[in-house]
Amino acid sequence: MHSTYSNPRFAYRRSPDQLPGRVARHPVVIVGAGPVGVAAAIDLGLRGVRTVLLDDNDTVSVGSRAVCHAKRTLEILDRLGCGDAIVDKGVRWNLGKVFFGERKIYEFNLQSEAGHRRPAFINLQQYHFEEMLLQRLAELRTTDLRWRNQVVNVRNSDDGVELEIDTPDGTYRLAADWLIAADGARSAVRNALRLDFRGREFNERFLIADVVMKADFPAERWFWFDPPFHRNQSALLHRQADNVWRLDFQLGPDADPELEKLPERVIPRVRAMLGERLGGVEFELEWVSVYTFQCRRMEHFRHGRVLFAGDAAHLVSPFGARGANSGIQDIDNLAWKLELVLTGKAPHALLDSYDEERAMAADENILNSTRSTDFISPKNRASRIMRDAVLALSARHAFARTLVNSGRLSRPAVYRQSSLNTPDGEKFNDDLCPGAPCPDAPIDVDGKPNWLIDCLGRACSRGFVGLQFSDGKHSANMNQSSGIETLLITREPGNPGTVHDREGLAFRRYDAQPGTYYLIRPDQHVAARWRSFDAVAVASALARATAHHPVKDPAHAHA
Amino acid sequence: MLMLEPNISSPDDFYEALIDLHRELGEDASAAANARLVLLLANHIGDLEVLKQAINLAAQDSDG
Repeated sequence: MHSTYSNPRFAYRRSPDQLPGRVARHPVVIVGAGPVGVAAAIDLGLRGVRTVLLDDNDTVSVGSRAVCHAKRTLEILDRLGCGDAIVDKGVRWNLGKVFFGERKIYEFNLQSEAGHRRPAFINLQQYHFEEMLLQRLAELRTTDLRWRNQVVNVRNSDDGVELEIDTPDGTYRLAADWLIAADGARSAVRNALRLDFRGREFNERFLIADVVMKADFPAERWFWFDPPFHRNQSALLHRQADNVWRLDFQLGPDADPELEKLPERVIPRVRAMLGERLGGVEFELEWVSVYTFQCRRMEHFRHGRVLFAGDAAHLVSPFGARGANSGIQDIDNLAWKLELVLTGKAPHALLDSYDEERAMAADENILNSTRSTDFISPKNRASRIMRDAVLALSARHAFARTLVNSGRLSRPAVYRQSSLNTPDGEKFNDDLCPGAPCPDAPIDVDGKPNWLIDCLGRACSRGFVGLQFSDGKHSANMNQSSGIETLLITREPGNPGTVHDREGLAFRRYDAQPGTYYLIRPDQHVAARWRSFDAVAVASALARATAHHPVKDPAHAHA
Repeated sequence: MLMLEPNISSPDDFYEALIDLHRELGEDASAAANARLVLLLANHIGDLEVLKQAINLAAQDSDG
């Protein structure tokens, strides 16, 4: 197996920190060099923060694992400087089809609107994804990456964290001002601190079979309920890079995981699914895994100086691609806050807003993925009967199709209730609101085509950004008093140094009029907006968005 | 608001039709037909608050 990819082995190197008798101290240590930990190191590196990154292994993901990367993840990767590599290698798709029995009952297009740089999703094996992040990290030279460094103990105190780390050269100690635990579902940091991880475990087993074949099926997500080739269960087909296809079969709770992984069991299932569609095309098994899943989260993602991110903090079922995608959004949310705290520009309380905002996102992801799981694998006879009734009606009635749930695919979190938001004081339509991520739009800069999300991304990696919508009478100068880097957006071409809203989509998507001003957070989420720039209001919104106001300010009205 | 005042125009005709639906059905087919009926009626009602009131009332009566 593994004919299209072989895992690199990264060398363990002894660090001077391992010399006996010393305990080196670093501002930020990250545990776990998976997608979430590496993204954290890149984001902090771009913001001028050096990090130490520890991983207990010496390679990237074994097996394709998380393959669906959502638009918001791609936009974050663009900001981190590795979006192109990942999108170029990945397979774009927007269309999902749902089948019941032999019949297609439902089809959804996740991106029906033009004028966005990135597609709704790309599929790419996790090992490629991780390698590309590691490549970007190496370019930055801001991280001391230590393979085969396994955290065996953690001591968390008011003024720092102390780690005990096991290596091929024995154990050493390391101190950090702040620790990011991105060490996965079985987080050693979480276990060492004896923190609970509550939720539901599902006993349904699923089989993943990655097969290599040169099939010309379209790049779409195909999901079957009760297909003729796999009666009474569900199945899923997805295309990945390198002619690798992800096949996923529901097996029921009683399947024997070791038996089901045997090629002589898997191959007939693959043949049955692909059947005549295969038309004589040969395939080869690339990777097989049998899994169950859990929906869990920690009660808090911040514990003093330790910040939990990704699967270490929250776990979802795979239906909806909400695992790795939410982990990348965790880092998008966390990195700028940690940088402001480290440089003394914001109080520690800003890190509580990481817990507040990302816990809301985790709840939304757990809710959606639990609902999908309950639909895909009904837990008792009554829910099975109801589910089958929905499917039966969906063949003929549009209303029932809205109830069919084969996974509600990852959407970016909107921090609508966040204490960092300044609620609208003037009338705006609600398509975009404080707490929402910035929408993209096609624009020109100095006569050359560009994307708003990328212009924002470059500026956001330096800090807060102002978006001044203008009819040519406004200038960025008047905003210099606020100390905030400001992009000037006009509807007329040819103003040097400004962003030209070529198709008018930026004005429309931001519900903007000439004069409208947006304050954008360093993670490209909206902090506040006004119909005209007011230095005092902007300063006050900036203070609130950096937790300089008490979080439980009674004057704070939820938007 | 969920309507609990009498609202069915011809109660006996309705009840007969409901029983007729199940007359020839076995237990599984009957449960499936009930489920389809609930979904069709729920879509006709549409309003989530009204549906939740009905679901809560149905849950209460199974306790008593």
